[in-house]
Amino acid sequence: MIRVVLPAHLRTLAHVDGEVKLDVEGQATQRAVLDTLEAAYPMLRGTIRDQVTQQRRAFVRFFACEEDLSHEPPDTLLPDAVASGAEPFLIVGAMAGG
Amino acid sequence: MSKVRVLVGTRKGAFVLTSDGKRERWDVNGPHFGGWELYHLKGSPADPNRLYASQSSSWFGQVIQRSNDGGKTWESVGNKLVYEGVPGTHLWYDGTPRPWEFARVWHLEPSLTDPDTVYAGVQDAALFRSIDGGQTWQELPGLRQHESASLWQPGAGGMCLHTILLDPSHPGRIFIAISAAGVFRSDDAGKTWRPMNRGLRSEQIPDPTAEVGHCVHRIAMHRSRPNVLFMQKHWDVMRSDDGGESWREVSGNLPTDFGFPIDVHAHEPETIYVVPIKSDSEHYVPDAKLRVYRSRTGGNEWEALTKGLPQRDCYVNVLRDAMTVDALEPCGVYFGTTGGQVYASADAGDSWAPIVRDLPSVVSVEVQTLP
Repeated sequence: MIRVVLPAHLRTLAHVDGEVKLDVEGQATQRAVLDTLEAAYPMLRGTIRDQVTQQRRAFVRFFACEEDLSHEPPDTLLPDAVASGAEPFLIVGAMAGG
Repeated sequence: MSKVRVLVGTRKGAFVLTSDGKRERWDVNGPHFGGWELYHLKGSPADPNRLYASQSSSWFGQVIQRSNDGGKTWESVGNKLVYEGVPGTHLWYDGTPRPWEFARVWHLEPSLTDPDTVYAGVQDAALFRSIDGGQTWQELPGLRQHESASLWQPGAGGMCLHTILLDPSHPGRIFIAISAAGVFRSDDAGKTWRPMNRGLRSEQIPDPTAEVGHCVHRIAMHRSRPNVLFMQKHWDVMRSDDGGESWREVSGNLPTDFGFPIDVHAHEPETIYVVPIKSDSEHYVPDAKLRVYRSRTGGNEWEALTKGLPQRDCYVNVLRDAMTVDALEPCGVYFGTTGGQVYASADAGDSWAPIVRDLPSVVSVEVQTLP
């Protein structure tokens, strides 16, 4: 089980409180987590990454285990602590706009 | 007794304001989608409980919301608005080619007859349509593929398709307006388009009378007389009596002919409203006075409407989609300001009162007249 923490506005949009828990099939990569998340919560499509190019939106960041994983290739394995559920995968709205 | 429902989009959420036909006491409901920009909300003329809303943010992009109960509850629907084929290029501010890139939905225009059909005007300029209540969207690509499109340039607010007028008398006739390309008309339900800018004169472009390139801010029609169009251009208030084929200036005695919204009285097709703004670099009202100007002669002769509006120390703007009229008798007129006030007049503009004073900056105002 992988734990995902959404930014507040996306929790509201997805009608969830707190963390989202996902059963991700196969290897725990950024792409697999986002695919699973969007399948479970279709209203999040397009809000984290572009629906066509799959590029991360510019003001969204991915953090885990105190590391910024935003620029990792999407098929890179996530840290073991995220894959095991010990640590959450954080989707963060960047501080921007003053 | 009749009721009105005013749909307000702001920089930080949506609000639904309701009143009975007297339009004196108001209930304020919201914010919906707090923290998000709501560029536009509009109800279906065919089913007033069906509303559509454009919700967007710089962080999380575009969301489309739909309500089936008049705005009490909402559900997100499809937000996949993808240009058909390989998008070409338009001109950037510096004159270099720039690929089309979707930014947001500026305007949602529900069909006059089918609650599940709705048009979306977007930035970078293109027209989309959904025929399944917003679940899926298809571009009507003939507009963006018009031979002039590679020469279109953005206005200061981006290259947005901000106005969509559906002609009730000519099925398949659609008018749209783009900043800063101008007005286009389709007579075949959006397949093909022609520029409709003859008579416009814009000193800010190399050829002031070019076929395209004009910064049209808003166009409006009265549904009983769809061949007559009114336009607030960047500078100049204009009028067409031939379905957009030609335009003439009707700015007349306005204190300034810069502005954003323009609208037509619900029962008097020759009565129109604008809100003059000092200039394109000073986006606030002239003389620190908030004045709506009304013409009862279809332009040229204008009177200032001031009763109930601030006449000192006022520096707000009124954006292009932030004025509307209801269908009651007397006609109600509504507008919202960048200062967060929404004003209503229940007597066609003779007097005004604020419904609310302290909302986030208002982007759009629409009204529904309910039985």
